[in-house]
Amino acid sequence: MSAGFYFGVEVFLNGLMSGVMYSLVALGFVLIFKASGVFNYAQGVMALFAALTLVGVQSGQVPFAHLINAVFGTNVQHFGWEVPTFFALLIALAVMVLFAVLVEKFVLKHLVNQEPIILFMATIGLAYFMEGFGDLMWGAEIKKLDVGIPQGGNLWIEESTAFLGGDGFYGFYLDTLDIYATVIAAILVTSLVLFSKYTKTGRALRAVADDHQAALSVGISLRAIWVIVWAIAGFVALVAGIMWGSKSGVQFSLSLIALKALPVLILGGFTSIPGAIVGGLIIGVGEKMFEFLIGAPFLGGATENWFAYMLALMFLVFRPQGLFGEKIIERV
Amino acid sequence: MNTMETYTTPDGRTIGGPVMEMKNITLRFGGVVAIKDISFDIREGEIRAIIGPNGAGKSSMLNVMNGFYHPQEGEVFFHGKKRGPLRPYQIAEQGVARTFQNIALFKGMSTLDNIMCGRLTHSKTRFLSHLLWKGKAEAEESANREKVEKIIDFLEIQTIRKTPVGRLPYGLQKRVELGRALAAEPSLLLLDEPMAGMNVEEKEDMSRFILDVNDEFGTTIALIEHDMGVVMDIADRVVVMDYGKKIGDGTPAEVLANQDVIDAYLGVAHD
Repeated sequence: MSAGFYFGVEVFLNGLMSGVMYSLVALGFVLIFKASGVFNYAQGVMALFAALTLVGVQSGQVPFAHLINAVFGTNVQHFGWEVPTFFALLIALAVMVLFAVLVEKFVLKHLVNQEPIILFMATIGLAYFMEGFGDLMWGAEIKKLDVGIPQGGNLWIEESTAFLGGDGFYGFYLDTLDIYATVIAAILVTSLVLFSKYTKTGRALRAVADDHQAALSVGISLRAIWVIVWAIAGFVALVAGIMWGSKSGVQFSLSLIALKALPVLILGGFTSIPGAIVGGLIIGVGEKMFEFLIGAPFLGGATENWFAYMLALMFLVFRPQGLFGEKIIERV
Repeated sequence: MNTMETYTTPDGRTIGGPVMEMKNITLRFGGVVAIKDISFDIREGEIRAIIGPNGAGKSSMLNVMNGFYHPQEGEVFFHGKKRGPLRPYQIAEQGVARTFQNIALFKGMSTLDNIMCGRLTHSKTRFLSHLLWKGKAEAEESANREKVEKIIDFLEIQTIRKTPVGRLPYGLQKRVELGRALAAEPSLLLLDEPMAGMNVEEKEDMSRFILDVNDEFGTTIALIEHDMGVVMDIADRVVVMDYGKKIGDGTPAEVLANQDVIDAYLGVAHD
């Protein structure tokens, strides 16, 4: 086999892994969309906010330091301690759960039975609010996130695959962080699926996703379910925030990963958890392979920026419900 | 009729005191009066029918009973206690289950899952214990499953246990919906047109199930129905509504003899 072929395989594998990262974000969208029919524009910002909180707590940053300093003329920045990663994770998770409760109390509760577009607008507002709030709380500078996941090329894989190729091939280069992300995403998805299939709360979640009125009539409190769904979405956002934050630092452009999740959702369907995963993988592999096979040799490169959106557009034309979404049937 | 006394039906069942009492219920949507000053009661163990022409306010009445609507005037008494403005899920927790005119099942879920949803009000374990799946939650889940299997046997829907209900024919969907309501072991079961859109055979099946539910579980049932024949066959007492008002109340025979009811159903000559 030629080195070119192995390089292609490496590109493919890397595509799969970056696809997993897209899937992680898309997953949060799907959860909320399924249960409440809301397209949560704030999902990306939730990931950012979760990561900010994690770094902030971990490094012992004083929340609202700028505000406190400005009002009281003090100069506090740090508590002077560092919180172990595990406890910082728990605190960040607790903050996301609290966030879910507040969203239900101050936003969703007042918008019951409104048009989807109104709820969508509300989540846009929420996104901007959270971006500003995150800035106020933890500051706007880029932070380094380290939760103990090793980074950089995985030497073991590189060395143990080097024998495959000839002179020009030194083994597959895979980022260890990406491998971790893949495993964690797999565990996350499996447990979510098991949870929604085999527990009472999971069943209630699916019931609410299916029919609000019927859910009420069997004794399900919509508001409690919404809190749970947003809390789970917050948890998924935390995981996505950790992965993206570890990779590229916790910065405010992190909220834009939501835009990459859109084509994933269009491919996978807005209502399917497996769809979000497969959609992410297709986008990840598709954009890397397209760049490798067509983009770089023939189109001058940089096709990764638009390939996902073009693919989504084609899907919108030929299969608007996505690969796994519920079929859209209008009865006349 | 004194509200506290019991009575015996022609077929020999003893009907107890009131389970739910509606007192002077008035429901308005803006300027439209859907229900106007209606009072009646539903007694323990009886099958109570609410009938009337289209737009008479029957479904609105059912929605008041299970809390989807809150009447502007009047009071609802449940098991002798005045009921505050509760939310539908709280009323479900108190033991009122219902079905819908246009079937409101969870279409993407299997028959089994749908009926299991009906058991939610009987589930005491909390979110976290389910997450960790420890003994208690597991034991409760299998106890619920046992109850549900009994209902499945009772309604003769064993073969469609795992089928997503969206794929089932209409008559069977109605039956699954009845199963979901029964799973809650309600003290009051509300059925909104359980036989609408069914053929004769399906209607006979459904009538039989309703009678069996009442007979075997002693469930109190209030139902809305259009088919007069069916109502006369299965109901113990009947409330007749027309344009939001009550125009008749009594046994099927009494109601049939009522001139207002005849006028509402057959029309009246205007001269």
